[in-house]
Amino acid sequence: MLEVIIISSIKVLTVVIVVLTCCAYSTLLERKLVAYMQHRLGPIYAGPWGLLQPIADAIKLMFKEDLVPDRVERTLYTLAPILSFVPSLLVFAVVPFSSDFTLFGYDVTGVISDLNIGVLWVFMITGFGVYGVVLAGWSSGSKWSLLGGIRSSAQMISYELSYGLSIVGVILLANTLSMTEIVGQQDSIFSWYIFRQPLGFILFFTCAVAETNRAPFDMAEAESELVGGYHTEYSSMRFASFFVGEYANMLAASAVAATLFLGGWQGPLLPPIVWMMLKVFFGMFIFIWLRGTLPRFRYDQLMNFGWKVLFPLALLNTMVTGLIVMLTNGTN
Amino acid sequence: MSEYLAVLLFAVAGIGIVLITFGISRLLRPHNPYPEKNVTYECAEETVGPSWIQFNNRFYIFALIFVIFDVEAIFLFPWAVAFGQLGLFALVEVTLFLMILFFGLFYAWKKGVLKWV
Amino acid sequence: MNLDTVIFFAAAVVAVFGATMMIAQKNPIASALYLILSLVAQAILYVQLGGLFLGSILIVVYAGAIMVLFLFVIMLLNLRSSDDLGPPPPALGRFTKYAFGILLSVELIVIVKAARMPSKATGVLGFPVEDFGSVKAVSTQMFTTYVYPLELTGILMLIAVVGAVVIAKKENNAQVSDDSGSDRPAKKQVS
Repeated sequence: MLEVIIISSIKVLTVVIVVLTCCAYSTLLERKLVAYMQHRLGPIYAGPWGLLQPIADAIKLMFKEDLVPDRVERTLYTLAPILSFVPSLLVFAVVPFSSDFTLFGYDVTGVISDLNIGVLWVFMITGFGVYGVVLAGWSSGSKWSLLGGIRSSAQMISYELSYGLSIVGVILLANTLSMTEIVGQQDSIFSWYIFRQPLGFILFFTCAVAETNRAPFDMAEAESELVGGYHTEYSSMRFASFFVGEYANMLAASAVAATLFLGGWQGPLLPPIVWMMLKVFFGMFIFIWLRGTLPRFRYDQLMNFGWKVLFPLALLNTMVTGLIVMLTNGTN
Repeated sequence: MSEYLAVLLFAVAGIGIVLITFGISRLLRPHNPYPEKNVTYECAEETVGPSWIQFNNRFYIFALIFVIFDVEAIFLFPWAVAFGQLGLFALVEVTLFLMILFFGLFYAWKKGVLKWV
Repeated sequence: MNLDTVIFFAAAVVAVFGATMMIAQKNPIASALYLILSLVAQAILYVQLGGLFLGSILIVVYAGAIMVLFLFVIMLLNLRSSDDLGPPPPALGRFTKYAFGILLSVELIVIVKAARMPSKATGVLGFPVEDFGSVKAVSTQMFTTYVYPLELTGILMLIAVVGAVVIAKKENNAQVSDDSGSDRPAKKQVS
């Protein structure tokens, strides 16, 4: 028992540190890629190719004064950044990052926890992401924050429906909720679920972009109209917590997309963990690419798109998948 | 049970790392507030009126509809998992179930509730 | 005392603590947050009993959806402390509150005492289901034995949608007349 706990703890710490490092370097990746898309250079002074930039940013944020405006509701104001960051991290608890392996004579599974309700866990945790946003908006005591918070929380709950429904197609094919089993079923490139659920994948990714409040759905921090949205009044580490939370959310969405649709850690030649990383950063690349390409939605367009296009499409996708699975099972 | 224990450990580690970084930052950063600095940001203007303005009740209606369809979505998960054993009958049932709710969505749509002005 | 017992007691204490704090708080938003805390602890208890799916539903529907609705309502009504709800009820009303509280607690204790605690082999509700409480087991039950309740739930939710639509229509109409009737700057609508 003790041995299991120690192995688990080491794995948990490793994953937390790796995820945080990936978050930090995602910021650099984003700045570099967007810069190249706009014919700029991006960060170049801190280290070669700006590689030390994330570390410099982290140190800078650590030393920044923490401004707490007089009008805030103190307790909730303190709680909101934590509530925004922790759920984004918790998704990684069920994401399989590698096959099982042996290290120093101990058998280690490639996932922190192979919950047999893994997919539901993702759905649960995504639902919790709303609270950080809504509380930050409410407790800041600023009109920008309140409007930004309420807008993005309404956006998040609207897209959460389609987010959940787009996964149902994969579960219909996989007949399991365990993430590890879903990866196990996609052992060759042709059995990746993206080929049998192309619409599901597109829906999932679109909703993921909206859930993480990223461009073109970044109504929350529409700089031109709402200043910083729900984190207008935050500074220092509290602001960093929202910022890292956003990137952790993107990484989590990419990791879930990779697991459910792109075969997870499965892949030839390279070690599993490398494949997983490649797929996750492919997702990150799409996130950044979208930001560099698309203009922002207007709020009414965004809500209409969510309720009148994505939601019916997700329902339709579920029903059609069910029918096809039924028919193919009948012929076998 | 150890699977759940691992999740619990992960949650503790997640909260721990936030608190640790906040704590370190608290030791390092300066603390020099004065009234002008602690004013709520409003584009360099003095804040007018209460900050807790009333927002549109349409947000509430959307939250209400969201709750209803969220219950529907959660019902589809067990159906999808056991679809292999359940077969045709369950498909018909779920189609009926979804049709009922689709009718609801359509009704709300036609009545203009889903329209965001 | 094994780990299971420790987790049980921790979750139980947190659940009761959350529920107590919920009614003791002055700030409605803090109340809502304590309720969420209590719900999460209850979900852990469900999972310990083997009710995996039930625990998940508790989190997704109650903690994830209904509580968001509650928060929206609190914010919409701009309730920042329980004083915003108006003056406290008269002494008689307060007395009835405590009387009912005590009555219900006694009732609860009697019921729990009277209930036969089933042994583990027969499952919690007394009928043996293989793989009790897992999503698959719940699903098989839901789509075979309990078909009609499921479809009725669908109709119930349809009625809920209709209700929501009616509320929306009513409020919009009221709002139009309200806006034309007076102009109070504090009540300005911003979307």
